[in-house]
This record gives sequence, C-alpha cells and structure tokens, in this order.
Amino acid sequence: MLVITAISIVRVRKLFGVVMLSGVFSLLSALLFVALDAVDVAFTEAAVGAGISTVLMLGTIALTARTEKKPSHSSLLPLIVVIITGAVLVYGTLDMPNFGAADAPVQLHVGPDYIERTPRDIDVPNYVTAILASYRGYDTLGETVVVFTAGIGVVLLLGSLGRRRRRNKTGAEDV
Amino acid sequence: MEHHLILRVITKILIAPIILFAFYVQFHGDFSPGGGFQAGIIMAVAFILYGLVFGLRQCKSVLPDWLVHRIMALGVLLYAGTGVAGLIAGGNFLDYSVLAQNPITGQHNGILIIELGVGVTVAAVMISIFYAFAGRPPRISDEDW
Repeated sequence: MLVITAISIVRVRKLFGVVMLSGVFSLLSALLFVALDAVDVAFTEAAVGAGISTVLMLGTIALTARTEKKPSHSSLLPLIVVIITGAVLVYGTLDMPNFGAADAPVQLHVGPDYIERTPRDIDVPNYVTAILASYRGYDTLGETVVVFTAGIGVVLLLGSLGRRRRRNKTGAEDV
Repeated sequence: MEHHLILRVITKILIAPIILFAFYVQFHGDFSPGGGFQAGIIMAVAFILYGLVFGLRQCKSVLPDWLVHRIMALGVLLYAGTGVAGLIAGGNFLDYSVLAQNPITGQHNGILIIELGVGVTVAAVMISIFYAFAGRPPRISDEDW
C-alpha cells in the first residue's frame, strides 16, 4: 500500500491530491512503525507527517500554484539513477541480520547497556524518553534549537515581524 | 469558513479534548509513548484548527504573534537553563541527577522540565509557521480547490 500511494503521488498532477496522498503515506508508515513496535516514532509520524505537514503544505499551495508543471525533459535518466541506487541499497540489506535477530549488532552493543542502566539511573518506564531526554540530552537540545531556528527562519522570510515593523514605521510617519 | 456550521460546532467540541490530550502526552511521556515533541505538535494542532475554522484574526486575538515568538524562545531557554542549573548545582551540563537530593528524583524533574521546554518550543514554532503561511494575502476561495 505504501508503494501504491507513492506511485500515485508521483502520477497525480493536482497538488491538492498530492498533499492528501502524502498525508495518507505518512499515516501508513505510522502503521508500519506500530507494527515494528516503535510506538514513539509512529506517534511522531502520525502527528507531524499526517497532521501538521499536510496543513502547512495546503497553506503553501494556497500561496503558490495548484497544479504541477509538465516536466520539461524526459524522466528516463532520473529513473535509471533511482533504480541503480535502489538496487545497491537492496544489495546492501542482503548481509544484514534478520529483523529482530537476537545476535544482531543492534541488540548487542549499546541496547543492553541502556536497558540495564535505565532502571538504576533514571527509573522511568519509557526507555525512549530516558534515552532521548537524559542520556542523549545534548542531541535533543540540538533538535530543539533546530526547530527554533526553523521557526525563526520562516518568521523572518514570510514575516509577520517585518510587516509589523513596516506598519509601525508608516504609523510614525503619519504622526 | 464562517458559513460551515457543522465544522464550527465540531471544532468547538474537539478543541478541549485535543488540548487535554496534548497535556497528557506531555506530562505522561515518561510512562507511555510520547513526549515534548508530540505534545507540542498536538497543542499546535488545536490552535491551527481554531485558526482554520474561525479565521486567523480570531486565533491571533487568543494567541498574538508577539506572544508566540516569546514562547518559542522561552522553550529553548527552559531547556538550556536546565542544563545550566545542572552546572550551577555542581554537575555536568544537562546532568539532572544533581537537581534534587535524590539523583532519581533529579532525573525525573530534569526530564519533565526539558520535555516541557521541547513541547513549548515545538508548539510555538508550528503555530508561528502556520501564522506566517496563513497570514499572507493571496487566498484561494473555498470553491477553487
């Protein structure tokens, strides 16, 4: 179903439909994450991908155009590049351990360490939160700053700040 | 969208549970899936829904631009401030164990505060991005979609 949705996203020319389909795509991948027992990630994907980004995309196409332009050149070369990359990636997965295998490197390296230390150090039942907020506190701080920077960027570019200042300036001139 | 009666009524019913759920996800993040990021998004969705249905002007009268921008910075400061508080209390940056007598309580408090910082920032950023997009003039009428 993910594949079908992805193909229809590429095929559909009306951007409204594309935005809706990408929301569907996010929701489906959230389901996939639930099936893989990654509930936190699924939650984020559902909220961000299916919720917020759909609204923001709609806002964007309200400001720009509603239909895709016809591609000006043939899509053969990009298709070949994508197929080769995909083939290489699939080839790369061949010698990966089976999903959920107990002797996979993921399960042997830092995983057991965190599972052993979290009840002792932090004692919260949700290990994801413990790792994100405490052991990897720097990373999360960085992410927050990134979100903040993105917000500042959008505000400065599309700016409610600038317009207010301009209005203030004209108001001052009136006085 | 002032003429869509059903949307208006349903939105009014929905907003309170959405905000409540956001708080649940925020403060129950240690015990169940979720955390600051998701809670921030859900909180922002409540305001964006209000803005979509009742119009941007109404939404901005509830939560004006300047307040959103201040809140955005406040979240990051809250997070970084918790790190600095750890420094002052004699630990490393972002080491919550020193924030209370008992290291585990300290960790709990630290996680709660920084998650709040994350949530507040994410919510404010999303709302301000929505304001920035929705506040620009060339709007398409409902029929044009």
